[in-house]
Amino acid sequence: MPAVSKGDGMRGLAVFISDIRNCKSKEAEIKRINKELANIRSKFKGDKALDGYSKKKYVCKLLFIFLLGHDIDFGHMEAVNLLSSNKYTEKQIGYLFISVLVNSNSELIRLINNAIKNDLSSRNPTFMCLALHCIANVGSREMAEAFAGEIPRILVAGDTMDSVKQSAALCLLRLYKTSPDLVLMGEWTSRVVHLLNDQHMGVVTAAISLITCLSQKNPDEFKTCVSLAVSRLSRIVSSASTDLQDYTYYFVPAPWLSCKLLRLLQCYPPPEDGAVKGRLVECLETILNKAQEPPKSKKVQHSNAKNAILFEAISLIIHYDSEPNLLVRACNQLGQFLQHRETNLRYLALESMCTLASSEFSHEAVKTHIETVINALKTERDVSVRQRAADLLYAMCDRSNAKQIVAEMLSYLETADYSIREEMVLKVAILAEKYAVDYSWYVDTILNLIRIAGDYVSEEVWYRVIQIVINRDDVQGYAAKTVFEALQAPACHENMVKVGGYILGEFGNLIAGDPRSSPLVQFNLLHSKFHLCSVPTRALLLSAYIKFINLFPETKSTIQEVLRSDSQIRNSDVELQQRAVEYLKLSSIASTDVLATVLEEMPPFPERESSILAKLKKKKGPGAVSVNELEEGKREGGELNGGGERGGDNSAIATSNASTPSPSADLLGLRAGPPVTAAAPSAGSLLVDVFSEAGVNDDGFLSSAPPSVVSEDPAPPLPESNELLNKFVCKNNGVLFENQLLQIGIKSEYRQNLGRMYLFYGNKTSVQFVTFSTTVTCPGELQSQLNVQSKPVEPLIEGGAQVQQVINIECLTDFSDAPLLNIKFRYGGALQNLTLKLPVTINKFFQPTEMASHDFFQRWKQLSLPQQEAQKIFKANHAMDTEVLKAKLLGLGMALLENVDPNPENFVCAGVIQTKAQQVGSLLRLEPKRASSDVPINRAQQ
Amino acid sequence: MQFMLLFSRQGKLRLQKWYVPLSDKEKKKITRELVQTVLARKPKMCSFLEWRDLKIVYKRYASLYFCCAIEDQDNELITLEIIHRYVELLDKYFGSVCELDIIFNFEKAYFILDEFLLGGEAQETSKKNVLKAIEQADLLQENLDFQIRLLPGVLSPNISSESTGLFQS
Repeated sequence: MPAVSKGDGMRGLAVFISDIRNCKSKEAEIKRINKELANIRSKFKGDKALDGYSKKKYVCKLLFIFLLGHDIDFGHMEAVNLLSSNKYTEKQIGYLFISVLVNSNSELIRLINNAIKNDLSSRNPTFMCLALHCIANVGSREMAEAFAGEIPRILVAGDTMDSVKQSAALCLLRLYKTSPDLVLMGEWTSRVVHLLNDQHMGVVTAAISLITCLSQKNPDEFKTCVSLAVSRLSRIVSSASTDLQDYTYYFVPAPWLSCKLLRLLQCYPPPEDGAVKGRLVECLETILNKAQEPPKSKKVQHSNAKNAILFEAISLIIHYDSEPNLLVRACNQLGQFLQHRETNLRYLALESMCTLASSEFSHEAVKTHIETVINALKTERDVSVRQRAADLLYAMCDRSNAKQIVAEMLSYLETADYSIREEMVLKVAILAEKYAVDYSWYVDTILNLIRIAGDYVSEEVWYRVIQIVINRDDVQGYAAKTVFEALQAPACHENMVKVGGYILGEFGNLIAGDPRSSPLVQFNLLHSKFHLCSVPTRALLLSAYIKFINLFPETKSTIQEVLRSDSQIRNSDVELQQRAVEYLKLSSIASTDVLATVLEEMPPFPERESSILAKLKKKKGPGAVSVNELEEGKREGGELNGGGERGGDNSAIATSNASTPSPSADLLGLRAGPPVTAAAPSAGSLLVDVFSEAGVNDDGFLSSAPPSVVSEDPAPPLPESNELLNKFVCKNNGVLFENQLLQIGIKSEYRQNLGRMYLFYGNKTSVQFVTFSTTVTCPGELQSQLNVQSKPVEPLIEGGAQVQQVINIECLTDFSDAPLLNIKFRYGGALQNLTLKLPVTINKFFQPTEMASHDFFQRWKQLSLPQQEAQKIFKANHAMDTEVLKAKLLGLGMALLENVDPNPENFVCAGVIQTKAQQVGSLLRLEPKRASSDVPINRAQQ
Repeated sequence: MQFMLLFSRQGKLRLQKWYVPLSDKEKKKITRELVQTVLARKPKMCSFLEWRDLKIVYKRYASLYFCCAIEDQDNELITLEIIHRYVELLDKYFGSVCELDIIFNFEKAYFILDEFLLGGEAQETSKKNVLKAIEQADLLQENLDFQIRLLPGVLSPNISSESTGLFQS
């Protein structure tokens, strides 16, 4: 076909494109583009009316510039003009421009919709298709409002051309996806379903996508499609490879349509009608049989198309999960693919087998392929295939093969790709726990995990092993012996030292009878690792030492000497210093009885879902929210070990797992001692949180599981609500909460002691929320500190819609808790009940105050009483960026004072907290220490 | 299907089609990330990969990569053949298509795609019917005086890979 005569070349456009291609540098390109933009602008603004061709050419140039990645903010009107041209190519370019550069200007939208309306009623099929393509490409709500009523009519009208029907079906699908509430099929339902019988294969191909989507949402209304789909499928499957003419693709009859039909059937349970079911089973068998036939062509397109149908059929078989015979055949077929020379097929077979593994009928059949899968894990050259193999091993694991699979995964870990190590570690840890018959195997496995992939062992994993050892006394002696041996290695991972320190501190006595692991040997072994460890690990070891003093009085003098050494008692790290001082004092003044009580063995942990499993679920969940994940991980860990402080101390050995904020301080009641984290903990931690959040992206917190509480009582606040709250300490607008159903946005403004908050509840689903209600409460003493009034909210939220609620806030006096927001509604009959904290924090009522250096320091000095001052030293969680810090501090609401502190590295701020009862002036000083990356903060109040 | 991207071995984006509403910023971010990921993969590797919560299906034809993002329940192999059919359509229309054809006639590449896929779903899989629709449209056009196909090298530096027929490798 001589392409030379194709299309209508626009010479000016071609010249422009080659000019751009000839540009030697980015700068030259931008220069050329700017020149062109100026030219086009002047043409569009010029007095002389442009002819259609020129308009088309310039609009096309703008499009090209936009597609190169540059912003275009004009030309929309000219494109709209082209829509009403009766020359096809002009119209076409106009539509293309509008589809690509969607604009929300309402006047433009009105004009565009008008042009579309004209084309839809033109009865010219080519124009109608163009208009439908445009609606489908833009798919905006405005378009749905204008056309969702009209398109079903076009779709089912007897005199509509086939090509228009095809466009109408998919156009409607797109509108249904964006605005399901506006697309009402009602009276059209049965006629749409009957499109499955249409003579024209193209119409069926297009319509079935629409029917599948509608069936997922309203299965009952569309259930007649099942028998129609089965008979259509049966006709295709049994047809000879040439029957369908142009719908045969590389000797495979209608592969796209076949896949779509099989996909549609997956929206429903197996057909109840025996005849229909028999016919379908026959189809599935034929498809499986065909897979065994020799290929009709050597082309990869032939086998891809054929196998696409096969995999879709297997998905349906797995979906039904009721035909043992088919399930086993599917499994055997996939087994053959596991060794196929096509990488793509091996990948898909591994993936598909993963779901087969969870069926009771095929689980055993899948297990027979274990050697092949292990081999794939070892030899596949593509990491994404190896990943699938690891997934399958995880899925096929049960008590009978756990030891083998865990061993293989462990040995794979030694060479595994960095990108999948962390996930592999989690999987091994979960399998080891889940299928542990004897816990010594479990302990061995986890310690091996730390040895092989220590860097990838997250805190959850080693917390969990400690949890289990503490809860199971039959394994404690073995664990002590094994960690002792593991620590003999000259270089062992820090996580091993943590586990070792913790376990020997608790259960070292169980192996102390053996002279090779006598108390002093144990202590010396641990202490030999001390200087190579980070601060949190050293803190943990110090706690292990004090436990040793209790367990083995003979080690007392040795350990006291260590604690007394300058490197401990004068350590520059406050936490270490405090521990050394307190433990030394404790060991010398407390009686044996007191010591034994204080340093008693850890009580068992409450049973709960493995935090590792939760982490894996999250890892596999949608979206990448790794920062949040990390933060949460830390917090969970803190709890687990008995309320260690955020971001550092994981070694609350000596306390029980009650939540004491600073274990070491509480231990001795020596609060009057060293000047550390004593006063005003709430203010301090607020500030820490401000900075811990610095740099966290605003993509929002994606909770992957919808709340499942069913009680009518307000649910307890979500576990993540504190974190959600912290996100808003320094900002007033953003997304407060989001899950699969609901998104809550927030906008707020504050003046003096008053605030107003706008909450936006968005229904992310296509189904309406009914009996939607919200209540805002102030728990406990907050009631007398904050006055919160909320206006009632509409009880019904349509799918895809958003409602707004206004909340007025008055600050009566200073407060530290946050008000609670409870939301209840029914979604598809199920009650949803969740509680969040409203981000109202005391700093919202700051009034910034400017002052000179002299004033600032004079006031600073005046605020010297202990209750007027709080100091907090904390590690920066992120690299310190001056601009980010400044933005955070401004977000806090105080005035950032320039040229006040003699040290330019420091930040000082001043503000007045406005409450109804009083006004409280506050000064703040932030001293970043870059070398140690500690950020001490001073905060004074008046 | 959520989107389709065509880009060159040098990472230049040649065509982008989005079937889900995203901001321009987000589109650019996704494009950058995917182009990088796909170009980093070796020739014999499998054509599918997991990316965020989507599945990526890609295939290289001469100097051009065709890359589709599909959802979890979508069929990878049939998506590969969607790509192939689109290449066949371009090839038939332009007559042994090469990357230059798509650069200089980008609007045609979009029109052909719209006839074949709409809203991310296959609208018409018959090659004959798609081409018929496009040719009818061509018959309706009127400016017959500018009928030139840009021969590689006439107006632009001849980068040999861009003028290699997509089916020739």
